[in-house]
Amino acid sequence: MTDHREAEAAPAQPEAASPGASAGVTAADAADAARLVSFGLQPKLLPARDAEYAELIRRHREDPPFARLADAVAAGLGLVVLEVSPRAGMAVAAAEDSVFAVRMGDYSRRAASDAGDRFLHGLAHLATAAMAFPRPEDLADDGYIGRITVNGVDAFVRQACRRLEETADAQGENTDPASDAPGLEAAWRVYVRRSATGATKDARRLAGSTTGIVGKAVAFLVDSGFLQRTGDEAGGTYRTTARYQLQVRDMAGNAAMAELLELGVVPVTDGSATLLPPDDAEATDLVADAGLPFHS
Amino acid sequence: MRPHNLCVVTVTVPHQHGSAARPAPGPAADEGLARRLKALACTAPLHDLDARKANLAGEYGVYAMAEVALAAIDLVTLNMDFDTGADHDQIVHRLLPRVAAQAPRRDPAEHERVARWVLENLINVGSVDRGFRAVYGTFGPDGAYVRRDYDFKLIEEVAGPGGSIYLRTTDEAVNVLVGALDTDVTSAQIAAEVKLEVLVARGRLADAQLAAEQARYRTVQYAETLRRALEATRRNVRAVDWLRTVPDMIDEALDHVADRYRHENAILTNIRKARDEAEEPDNKRRAAELVDIVKDCIRRHTQLQSRLLEAGPLFRAEQDRQSFAAPPARSGLDLYGHLVAPVLPLPVEHATRVTDAFFARGTGLRTPVSVRLADLVDGLLTPPVEREHLGVAMPEPDLVATPDDSRFSDEQLDSALALLDLPHDAPRRLSGLLAEARRTDPELPYLVALLAVHAASPPVGTAYRQGEQRLLFAVDDGTQLDDVEFGGADLIVGTARLDAVGMAADRAPARPAFEDRGSGGGAPTAPTNRNQEPPQ
Repeated sequence: MTDHREAEAAPAQPEAASPGASAGVTAADAADAARLVSFGLQPKLLPARDAEYAELIRRHREDPPFARLADAVAAGLGLVVLEVSPRAGMAVAAAEDSVFAVRMGDYSRRAASDAGDRFLHGLAHLATAAMAFPRPEDLADDGYIGRITVNGVDAFVRQACRRLEETADAQGENTDPASDAPGLEAAWRVYVRRSATGATKDARRLAGSTTGIVGKAVAFLVDSGFLQRTGDEAGGTYRTTARYQLQVRDMAGNAAMAELLELGVVPVTDGSATLLPPDDAEATDLVADAGLPFHS
Repeated sequence: MRPHNLCVVTVTVPHQHGSAARPAPGPAADEGLARRLKALACTAPLHDLDARKANLAGEYGVYAMAEVALAAIDLVTLNMDFDTGADHDQIVHRLLPRVAAQAPRRDPAEHERVARWVLENLINVGSVDRGFRAVYGTFGPDGAYVRRDYDFKLIEEVAGPGGSIYLRTTDEAVNVLVGALDTDVTSAQIAAEVKLEVLVARGRLADAQLAAEQARYRTVQYAETLRRALEATRRNVRAVDWLRTVPDMIDEALDHVADRYRHENAILTNIRKARDEAEEPDNKRRAAELVDIVKDCIRRHTQLQSRLLEAGPLFRAEQDRQSFAAPPARSGLDLYGHLVAPVLPLPVEHATRVTDAFFARGTGLRTPVSVRLADLVDGLLTPPVEREHLGVAMPEPDLVATPDDSRFSDEQLDSALALLDLPHDAPRRLSGLLAEARRTDPELPYLVALLAVHAASPPVGTAYRQGEQRLLFAVDDGTQLDDVEFGGADLIVGTARLDAVGMAADRAPARPAFEDRGSGGGAPTAPTNRNQEPPQ
């Protein structure tokens, strides 16, 4: 990212370093570079669907000065370039202070005021990503396409919470939070307390239920060009796009990890998948048709 | 037990001695039988169609279902290529001429129903796994008889590139179709070729056509094997044996293509000659068809060849991509193990920091929406565009006022109702009411009589549902009406008060709570109320 910032600070500098290229950069090139970034800002648009986009992507890959110019434009707008490729287009993510960034308060009004809601909305996004890429290989494999359902994500988190609840019960822990310190309540309890679904007058999903929250997250990701709706079963089924994988792998996952490490939590795994098929005894407890992607 | 067992033994291993000291037949001895049993099982769904058509609602005996099914398998096989399969509707559409030919006088809708029924049964839509199962038995190495399930499909549904569903025939189906049960792909191919050449040479075009078609199915099957190997390679290079099996197969297939190409060109020349020289129109037509089939074979071979040539580079590219794809730090992230699982036990205060971090960077970007004042003003001031695609203007409807042909006016109704607005404890005879009505308006008695007759069957159910307070009723106590204009019973007309509150409470038990204080006669009204219970 730093090189982008530098490029932005002194756009002429890289070209000056390579005299052959500096002559080539014209106002038309700058317009093309900005045009490419503007395509990147339309996350649902794919180069395969737009000849001009595809041509600019090709130019970005083949013409290094142009690529630098486009990256500089993006950096100047407060965008982080994740990848420029025919499959993902110009995949850009919003930097933290960018005007393009999504803020929790804009996302959900309740989340701005209620700490529990704020956590649930964040967790819904995290769990959706974890369901979409259940194994480390899935996140690393560019060709992997994840499939999720809204009910599946909810059942998946509930199952994890139930295990924690059982462990706590077995150890005789009292997990009820102190009334004067709601912030110390275990996170899983917040999820367990919230109802999974609820009836509404107009047959829509109850917004405050966990499936409602997951449904909102998923719908938002569809608008971000990260998921594509494939069906209505199990609360809505979706498949992932290349952009989602990039975003989770290169941006969100690392940021969350860094935050977790800062809290002093160092998760240790041996690098193999931690999502395993449940024991037979537990298999019957799973929500029918939840579509949990448990892999061996 | 014994005879039953013997029967199986006779078929399986004919050269057995006495059953008592019989050494266990090895798996090898049984293998041939099992293979044939499986092959036989593949034909069962077709026989089953003809057996089950009698159960269909309607007279479907006239259709030869097995024939339609075989034709369907043919069509699917011929229409599938490397990337996709055959389109469901297209197959049904192409089956229609054959179905229609079997019963030309029937409704075309029925033809389509038959075609769909056959195709869906070949897919076996009703079953969970959309396949068939046959049970067969083998002797294990220890001589124990084991029943095994053989699951197979004839036509399977595969997802196309655009998310749509396509049909592909399975190997089993191709085997059933060709009739060459349990044969090797290559040898059958060669046999078919030789047969074709001989037949063409002898001028037996009908047989030649059959052989050419068989050759084409074999070609398709070959391509299918390759396609599957390539697809598996694309997913995981290690899943396919690229050291020996696939290179061998590719070499074999390339040789085969070269060979076939030579043969088919030779055949094509021969048939063209036969076509041009043929005297009989039937032979001429058949030869022309054969030319088309062989041309199609050649086209398929060219396609197969180009795929074969791409296979090597594809393998190398995939190997590069998969083996040398750097699995650096990025692949180390296990979303569940590293993030979800550790976050859930944390205090919500801390957990929120992690989820916030994920949310801030994992939700994508939104382009801020802003309105330019100038655009807004322009937009608001722009007159709506005249839309021309709405069609011709509606003609102004020519409305004619319909004459008011009501028998009674509103005033008359009001006065009649006022007349019948009786206090609940003073019911009156109809004769009195009629006389009183006649004094105000000569027409009014008719309306009063009408309302009174209506009241003889009061709308108790409606009143009950709507929770009304009072209800007009009329009872016949046997007294004759003595009136100049009307005859019949001199009804007692009164008002019953309804217990609206009680009714609302009792609405579930649904029995009207009458408060029948209004019946001066007492006796006549009670049975009426009982008879007029609301419909339950």
